[in-house]
Amino acid sequence: MKLYYKTLKDLPREELFAPGHRMCAGCGAAIAMRWITKTIGPNAVIANATGCVEVTTTPYPETAWMHPYIHVAFENSAAVASGVEAAIKALKRKGMWDAGDTKVVVIAGDGGTYDIGLQSLSGMLERRHGVLYILYDNEAYMNTGIQRSGSTPKYAWTTTTPVGTAVKGKIQWKKDIMGIVTAHRVPYAATASVAYILDMVNKIKTALEYTEEGPTFLHIYAPCVPGWRYPENKTVEIARLAVETGYFPLYEWDHGKLKLNPPSSNHLDKSKRKPLKEYLKLQGRFAHLTEQEIAEIEKELDAYWEYLGKLAQL
Amino acid sequence: MSLPKAAELPIGAVIPEPGSTRRNKTAGWRTLKPVIHDDKCIRCQLCWLYCPEGTIAERKGVFQVGNRTYDVKYEIVYDYCKGCGICANECPTKAIEMVPEAP
Amino acid sequence: MMQIQKTRWVEALTGNYATAYAVKAADVDVIAVYPITPQTTIVEKLSEFVANGELNAELIHVESEHSALSAVVGASAAGARVFTATSSQGLELAHEILHIASAMRLPIVMAVPARAISAPISIHNDYGDVMNARDTGWIIYIAASAQEVYDTIIQAYRVAESVNLPAMVAYDGFLLSHTVEPVELNDEEEVRRFLPRPVRPYTLNPKRPVTMGPLASPDWYYEFKYQQAVALKETYKVAKDVDALYGEKFGRSYGVLETYKMEDAEYAIVTYGGAAFGNAKAAADIARERGTAAGVVRMRLYRPFPTMDLLKALEGVKAFAVLDRAIMFGSPAEGPLYKDIATAMFIHGVDKPAVGVIHGIGQRTMYVEDMYKIYTMLRENPRKEVVFMGVRI
Ligand SMILES: Cc1ncc(C[n+]2csc(CCOP(=O)(O)OP(=O)(O)O)c2C)c(N)n1
Ligand code: SF4
Ligand SMILES: [Mg+2]
Repeated sequence: MKLYYKTLKDLPREELFAPGHRMCAGCGAAIAMRWITKTIGPNAVIANATGCVEVTTTPYPETAWMHPYIHVAFENSAAVASGVEAAIKALKRKGMWDAGDTKVVVIAGDGGTYDIGLQSLSGMLERRHGVLYILYDNEAYMNTGIQRSGSTPKYAWTTTTPVGTAVKGKIQWKKDIMGIVTAHRVPYAATASVAYILDMVNKIKTALEYTEEGPTFLHIYAPCVPGWRYPENKTVEIARLAVETGYFPLYEWDHGKLKLNPPSSNHLDKSKRKPLKEYLKLQGRFAHLTEQEIAEIEKELDAYWEYLGKLAQL
Repeated sequence: MSLPKAAELPIGAVIPEPGSTRRNKTAGWRTLKPVIHDDKCIRCQLCWLYCPEGTIAERKGVFQVGNRTYDVKYEIVYDYCKGCGICANECPTKAIEMVPEAP
Repeated sequence: MMQIQKTRWVEALTGNYATAYAVKAADVDVIAVYPITPQTTIVEKLSEFVANGELNAELIHVESEHSALSAVVGASAAGARVFTATSSQGLELAHEILHIASAMRLPIVMAVPARAISAPISIHNDYGDVMNARDTGWIIYIAASAQEVYDTIIQAYRVAESVNLPAMVAYDGFLLSHTVEPVELNDEEEVRRFLPRPVRPYTLNPKRPVTMGPLASPDWYYEFKYQQAVALKETYKVAKDVDALYGEKFGRSYGVLETYKMEDAEYAIVTYGGAAFGNAKAAADIARERGTAAGVVRMRLYRPFPTMDLLKALEGVKAFAVLDRAIMFGSPAEGPLYKDIATAMFIHGVDKPAVGVIHGIGQRTMYVEDMYKIYTMLRENPRKEVVFMGVRI
């Protein structure tokens, strides 16, 4: 990533995401939206998938968006963005685009990305549209009331993976969306967290500039207050612990090279990671976990880190 | 209040007024209200950084706090603050206090 | 008075190639491409035009028809003139976005060489696909010759961009999409003059940021649906005017419906699409030779439904049949056009014998003899009933 912003003092001051929207108090995705909009600057079109962000920000006749913004449906934001990008290209060529170098950015949730929108995302990546696709990951279908998605972690409670007497929480592991995206050989893909804003905005800007070459992707970790069952003041703390415990590593994939970013860059050494429990214990969705289940998750996490370590050496 | 008729609305449900959720003050959502104790504020900017609503304003000026002089001051725009308390939770000097809203 | 332009030429074209030539003449900016029989040769031809530098458009090789329509929704919202085409399963897959495209008031033009819907899978022609999309808020034309396809695509852009609604140009899959006819092509410069790019009310442009596709509460939703209903209804006049203007300029026009020997007809078949119309006309000729005053009405503009024109066309008949090439399962009458006409007549207090005939399903051959039998049936046993014809029962 390029360092566009070295310290907090360098960050863009102008707010391009209006308050008054209906996102929950303490919503992690709201922090992400604020910084995405500030960082991409005004000359961008936003295509948003159906989900929490969309419904809470566009209650007719009001909108929180200050960018040209389009929402079409749940599963197709990458296709819509492909169309916008192609239109700008064609209109520019014909001398009919008057807004200069306009970027195209997708904002979609995990359901809209890992699951129902995966096909249109893959199509957009394969065709190499110059679009920045931003996934805000709250690890479930929140807008419809907390149902499990391909992104929900193993054992997590959701309303469709309840903690019952026979089955407790989700049975399957979380899907490796970054693996899927990077398999498309995009110029740039990165993970980011609302707790590490400086890292996140530099990644947003880097990814945005790389759209000159082709599609770029950001996976932003965005805790959800009601969905993860924690007090609303803990959003940033939990997001930070996700990174510090190694649960959500910060890394980037820049033209085929994987690089871990601080603090995750120290976490190949397991002793540098905080115990996973510290992350899990703050959240009601994991409250039912047994020691054995936690140990199982930790084991899987260790394997994942081993895999990341190998990728980082390539 | 009578709402506009069908023919008076822009076609296709387009909203031509960017940022218009500003009309919707979300102050009423609060049960706790963040109060910044300026004497403890070290201007680290973290509350401004993490506020999900962008309701922490940076005011430029010359501010004498104890024996220190600052060129900025952080203030909460209460119109939109939903009272989540992330600012108080993140503040490294505990300069932000969450106080109950008057019922 | 506009001059009828002189620099026209004639090419032997399939219906699908006629579509492609019209799209090229319209100087379309963005085209979403996805194969499905019998549509495929349209996007193949357009790809060729682009590859040869004859058409300055962005092709988006989407990974599905759902994405095809989504992509042209995005492109159209950004202000581009767009095109896509599909049939059958593709139209079904894109169905969700049909509603959204019209509700967002985007002037998309889409060609639909009509094809039967699965299951069982059939690549052959009927109108199950188009009829399942008939109430999605799109303008729907059903053309009956390659020439009409060419002319209608061009008209569709003008109409769609005037009323801010998407338009579908349907025609018989295979029977028209893949058969060659001489087609008179217009001078492309003239077509472009006929299709000036109107200033769109709203587009996605950072200089004038707007929000498209918001959430509407019960206080607001209905007004937008009402707007749409009115806009589509009002399209009737625009379509008529554009067709007349096109006629003045290019020498060909069609009206909202086409009649054949209806002036003195006592018995009529009302239908849509090239094959049904052609055979019905042949049957009407035979019926007339044998002493029955037979005529045919073909719907060209199907949505908005040209109610008054149709009622007028049928004014003098004693009985008529509606030949439908699609089935609405479980409906009070299985033929979609039959049901539309029954509704129109009920509302306007017209009561006459009318038989709903279902035929040509999955491209079951509709013989001229079958059509002739319809006239006999109308004459000998005028009634109100739905008849499945050409099926082994
Ligand atoms: C085709 C379709 N299926 C289902 C839905 C219902 N739906 C709307 S939003 C949503 C959940 C969105 O989840 P995600 O993408 O994770 O975003 P979040 O709400 O969690 O931010 C669902 C299931 C829909 N709108 N469209
Ligand atoms: S449900 Fe979760 S993601 Fe949705 S607005 Fe609330 S906190 Fe944000
Ligand atoms: Mg989600």
